[in-house]
Amino acid sequence: MSGRIMALLRRDLTRLLLGGRGGGAVLPVLFFLSVAMLYPFAVGPDAPLLARTGGGVIWVAALLAAILPLDRLVEPDIEMGLFDQWALRGISEELVIAVRVLAHWLSFGPPLMLAALPAAALLGLDGKTLRIVEIGLLAGTPGLAALGVTVAALTAGLRGGAALSGLLVIPMAVPILIFGAGSLGMGGESGLALTGAASLVLLAIAPFAGGAAVRAARG
Amino acid sequence: MQHPSTQGAAVSVTDLACRRGDRVLFRRLSLRLAAGEALQIAGSNGIGKSSLLRIVAGLAPAFAGSVEVTGTIGLIDERPALDPVQPLGKALAFWQRIDGAADNELARLGLSDLLDVPVRYLSTGQKKRAALARLIGQKARVWLLDEPLNGLDVHAVELTEALVAEHCAQGGIALVASHQPFDLPGMGRLALAEYAA
Repeated sequence: MSGRIMALLRRDLTRLLLGGRGGGAVLPVLFFLSVAMLYPFAVGPDAPLLARTGGGVIWVAALLAAILPLDRLVEPDIEMGLFDQWALRGISEELVIAVRVLAHWLSFGPPLMLAALPAAALLGLDGKTLRIVEIGLLAGTPGLAALGVTVAALTAGLRGGAALSGLLVIPMAVPILIFGAGSLGMGGESGLALTGAASLVLLAIAPFAGGAAVRAARG
Repeated sequence: MQHPSTQGAAVSVTDLACRRGDRVLFRRLSLRLAAGEALQIAGSNGIGKSSLLRIVAGLAPAFAGSVEVTGTIGLIDERPALDPVQPLGKALAFWQRIDGAADNELARLGLSDLLDVPVRYLSTGQKKRAALARLIGQKARVWLLDEPLNGLDVHAVELTEALVAEHCAQGGIALVASHQPFDLPGMGRLALAEYAA
């Protein structure tokens, strides 16, 4: 069984990290960095303002970057008949979805946390703020990954599923965004804890909700 | 293509009815296959051949009736289930890791020279043969083949028939849905039109 899990994870990582036509992990990172680069141009060279709002901008950019790969998370595998072949081999949809959440997180969470370093420099964040942003991203991005895979499974097979999944993820990601970005203000620790809690809830739900959605799409 | 245990491979379908949307495609369909037997499901397009295979595979619900399958199931349908951007060798290697298989009879299927070619550049017939390689690696005892001859040239058609014959000779079961003639000695034939609702 563990051999199968490793095979699934390896395939997911090849597809999501290295990408092929979808651009892999590079595209979300570039998107994230370009937002961090454009923001100072838009608000002007007001260093205190940038330092005060920069952390929030990083959070918004991270959330939007996480949405980019949604359309290739689940739907192609349903279309190509892979989920059917897995089902015949007794590999449950829940297992596949759980592995995919991990692979999706690995393909955008750590890269975004790395990209947050140059982004912080572009926005003029101080070391303390950067530290909280990084811890917040570590606590929040797993939840974003779980949410992304769940919604991708729910919208697989629908016409305009890609656009719809983006629209669905944004409101559901609001708690993570509020707690995560909120941790930058007063009393930051509790915000980080709540970000982690929201992530854990989403991680616990994702395999079952996503698995049920894939089975429902099979019809 | 060795079956570790061929004892007891069986397919039993009782009083099966299938509904797609508002339409009942067929009803009161019963069939029984024991180890070593093969059956062609014949009928025109849209009569429910693929639906029947999907119900037997457990991938679609039966409207009425019951299906019992003893033994692992392998399925080939119109989708090869191989990553289109991956080279064929890597796409098949994924299934080898899943199935723990070593031998896909690649040379016999004429795929040895295509291992570096991305799956999306393969022709219809080449994809079909790649799907056969995946199926062979799975070592399933019950083969469900949905239009396996589509897009195959004469040589590949004979090869597919030979592979199914060997599978059955080793105690496997094959259910072949095809609107084309499938030449296999001793193969039963079920005309799905007789069960149309």
